[in-house]
Amino acid sequence: MAREVDRQVVVLEVNGERAQLLLPVHKTLLEVLREDMQLTGTKHGCELGECGTCTVLVDGKPELSCLVLPVQVEGRAITTIEGMAKGSELHPLQQAFAELGAAQCGYCTPGILLAAKSLLESGAPTRDEIREALAGNLCRCTGYSKILDAVELAAVRIKASSPLAGEVARSAGGDVKPA
Amino acid sequence: MTASNNGFSVIGKPLPKPDAVSKVTGRAIYADDMLPARTLHCRILRSPHPHARILSIDTSAARRMAGVQAVITGADLPIKFGILPVTQDERALEHEKVRYVGDPIAAVAAVDEEIAAAACDAISVEYEVLEPVMTIDEALAESKDERIQDYGGPNNIHKLVALEFGDVEGGFASADHIREDVFFFQGNTHLPMEQHSAIATFIDGRVTLWSSTQVVHYVHRALSKVLELPMNRIRVIGAAHGGGFGGKTDPFAHEIIVCKLAMLTGRPVKCTLTREEVFYAHRGRHPVLMWVRTGVTKSGLITAMHFRSALDGGAYGSYGVASTFYTGALQTVTYDIPAYRFEGCRVFTNKPPCGPKRGHGTPQPRFALELHLEKIAHDLGIDPVDLKQRNFVKPMTRTVNWLRVTSCGLDECTEKVMTASGYRDREKRRGHGMGFAISSYLSGAGTAIYWNDMPHSEVQIKVDRGGVTAYCGAMDIGQGSDSVLAAIVAEELGIQAADVRLVTADTDTTPIDLGSYSSRVTFMAGNAAIEAARKMRALLVEAAAAKMGCAADAVAVGGARVGDFSFEEATILAEARFGTLTSAGSYTPPKIAGPFKGSGVGPSPAYSYSACVVDLDADPRTGLIHLNKVWIAHDVGRAINPLLVEGQVEGSVYMGLGEALMEEQEFRKGLHKWPSMLEYKSPTFLDMPEVETFIVETVDPEGPYGAKEAGQGPLLPVIPAVSAAVFDALGVWIDEVPVTPEKIVEALRRKEKGEPARFGPSRFPAIPYPACIQVEPPPRELDASAASI
Repeated sequence: MAREVDRQVVVLEVNGERAQLLLPVHKTLLEVLREDMQLTGTKHGCELGECGTCTVLVDGKPELSCLVLPVQVEGRAITTIEGMAKGSELHPLQQAFAELGAAQCGYCTPGILLAAKSLLESGAPTRDEIREALAGNLCRCTGYSKILDAVELAAVRIKASSPLAGEVARSAGGDVKPA
Repeated sequence: MTASNNGFSVIGKPLPKPDAVSKVTGRAIYADDMLPARTLHCRILRSPHPHARILSIDTSAARRMAGVQAVITGADLPIKFGILPVTQDERALEHEKVRYVGDPIAAVAAVDEEIAAAACDAISVEYEVLEPVMTIDEALAESKDERIQDYGGPNNIHKLVALEFGDVEGGFASADHIREDVFFFQGNTHLPMEQHSAIATFIDGRVTLWSSTQVVHYVHRALSKVLELPMNRIRVIGAAHGGGFGGKTDPFAHEIIVCKLAMLTGRPVKCTLTREEVFYAHRGRHPVLMWVRTGVTKSGLITAMHFRSALDGGAYGSYGVASTFYTGALQTVTYDIPAYRFEGCRVFTNKPPCGPKRGHGTPQPRFALELHLEKIAHDLGIDPVDLKQRNFVKPMTRTVNWLRVTSCGLDECTEKVMTASGYRDREKRRGHGMGFAISSYLSGAGTAIYWNDMPHSEVQIKVDRGGVTAYCGAMDIGQGSDSVLAAIVAEELGIQAADVRLVTADTDTTPIDLGSYSSRVTFMAGNAAIEAARKMRALLVEAAAAKMGCAADAVAVGGARVGDFSFEEATILAEARFGTLTSAGSYTPPKIAGPFKGSGVGPSPAYSYSACVVDLDADPRTGLIHLNKVWIAHDVGRAINPLLVEGQVEGSVYMGLGEALMEEQEFRKGLHKWPSMLEYKSPTFLDMPEVETFIVETVDPEGPYGAKEAGQGPLLPVIPAVSAAVFDALGVWIDEVPVTPEKIVEALRRKEKGEPARFGPSRFPAIPYPACIQVEPPPRELDASAASI
């Protein structure tokens, strides 16, 4: 090692898997996910808590991983974008985002998907409630329109728990059908 | 969505992107996601002064730090580069002089980023601080200390342009009414969500760079020049791209630096810019001061126009020469201007260099032109929409400055937004307003950035045992260029888009495409893909026909079948008959530039057209604006994928609203005032109104299936439409972007005092423009059969 830094053993539960890590105490959850756990689906846009890009779920609630230290979230359930699909079956939000073109460059997408997932846990929101819930997540490509459409579509599908929606989701690895 | 299918099986369908699933699952690999074993991390020491001479650089303490593997300065990378051949004025690291806060001076590669940053802090630089030049006026005056660059002039002028087409004085003499206005468009930046990132390796004597770039080919060329390596020893690969908007269209210092450090250390080296550094990398919208004078007849027909621009370019050339021409090029592509004079000027200032942002050099004059015509309409008592419509250019014409207009959907776009918005019957009450504007943009620049006669885009197709792979240098930056390639190849070969494998944006494995800029990819790579795919289709058809014992024209292709055979069977027949199955296509734009110096900026094989209406409420007490709705119609020629076209249009509207209302790049004492995403205001979910999009298809004669661009043009009309709507609401002109509450309140205060009811610049500076180059106008009617002039 080039120099000595204070390290601590931290046990994190990410996407249902427990990992024991020896980490510099000042390293953020964002850095640990990306650099120590190779979970690079979590992106960064500012590393100052300003853009929402690095959003992950902690016990189901959105948190900015760039402002969280791993010791703060020991023993809590962390969900990253890698944990959103069930195997190769996309979450209805992922499915709707893919179908409706809600991801252009795709860089803000993981954070927005997780924030939206948390929102949809408490039922089907109005369009304004979606805007309110996602207002901390910036996107520069889409103008937000297709994201709102996709969250609404996913909410409808989740509510209906339509077998058709499940069918479409399962086929997503290959042939994605437009809505 | 109004796109039609017209007998196509893939073209016109709203298909998801080929990489949609990888993007929604976090599996797309962006440059900063790569972390090969033994990767070193690079940090860059940047200038704290806007203008200074470097007297000495001492890196000895940094080199001694544990974990530091290499430290380099400008002496290690002395060769200058730049995107334009005429302005090779940048160094990856400066060792003589710094020209803006953020100019790179030294770079460190270390085992982790913190050590690299600490090593940068340990480098001591001795400066002779010079007086900074921060405004257009200061740049036009004599420098207190010394000029920023050692070329251009007089003083800190970078470029002067003066062109005159037709009889301008005669046009003004025949006018019934002449009006002059001055406008200012503040600079702003791209703010891509992804910070720029690049990672390089040096293995077996070859450099490989993965970068978040829009232009792998131009980066390839710059690396070859600065590293003094032949291009065949360098490979540039476009990583998954986290947003560009023009901000990743130059070769950047950090891209060159990681290659050099990889060559020195033999290890992978990565550099990801901090958000603050992204603001310094910039290359964003130029601040532009504009003066325009137009003569019209009583009925509002334009008789002559004189347009002047002054661009605040920042410290380096970047695309600035092209940007300067663009501020004067496209006025004539929307309105029939029979005589036109353009005088442009770009100055150097001690700020991050400006360059191309979505619409490159044309949103500023579009803002000025649209509001100027609104004011003329008010002078004449004519409805502004009527006045503009009377002057619309017609399809299949040439403009006075030699630009060739082919398809043009201005009338249809206008009709769509007029009808849907109810503009003509709008509710007229204080505080409520609607504004209308139109625009046009290139479907790719007609000339390459460096002079050559080679194709602008090339596509190769390989078919083997049923699998189809298309290779193209085009870089998908999220706009969907991969989708366009897949859709076209699938359409021609009668298969599904998802059946086409794509290899793109890799200088080792793909033929050239010049990159994702100037809205060129759909038009150019699309045409190249059509040619390659039709050649491959001919091979499959010939093999099937031979087996079927019929003529080739009796073999139907479609539905994954070629004649009597499945697509896979046909590929086996063809491979047996011809050997390895490959085909290639390329696209070179027609030679349509006019016969005068400077004619290379402006020509495009086709122009897109847009029309927009903005509906808002503006509070006369606070100046606060609430956007109610935006209607936009865009003539895309043909929508190859209407879902992606809508996405581009909506994204353009969003970015235009950000520029119109809040985004600005401001400096104080040489420092960027707000190099952070919190303080640099951009629209959130809560700021964005509903947008109703209309796709208009005029089927361009030269576009792939008639397609034109969609990624930039729809931004342009949004900004003047906002300001026109504010006038409609409150009776004050905001002649300056962004249109902020403070400016509205100040304009209302002036109006109450009986002063002119406007906020905007009062004067245009005296600029030593040279005498105009006089250019005879071309024949006005376009002979459709003759592509070239």
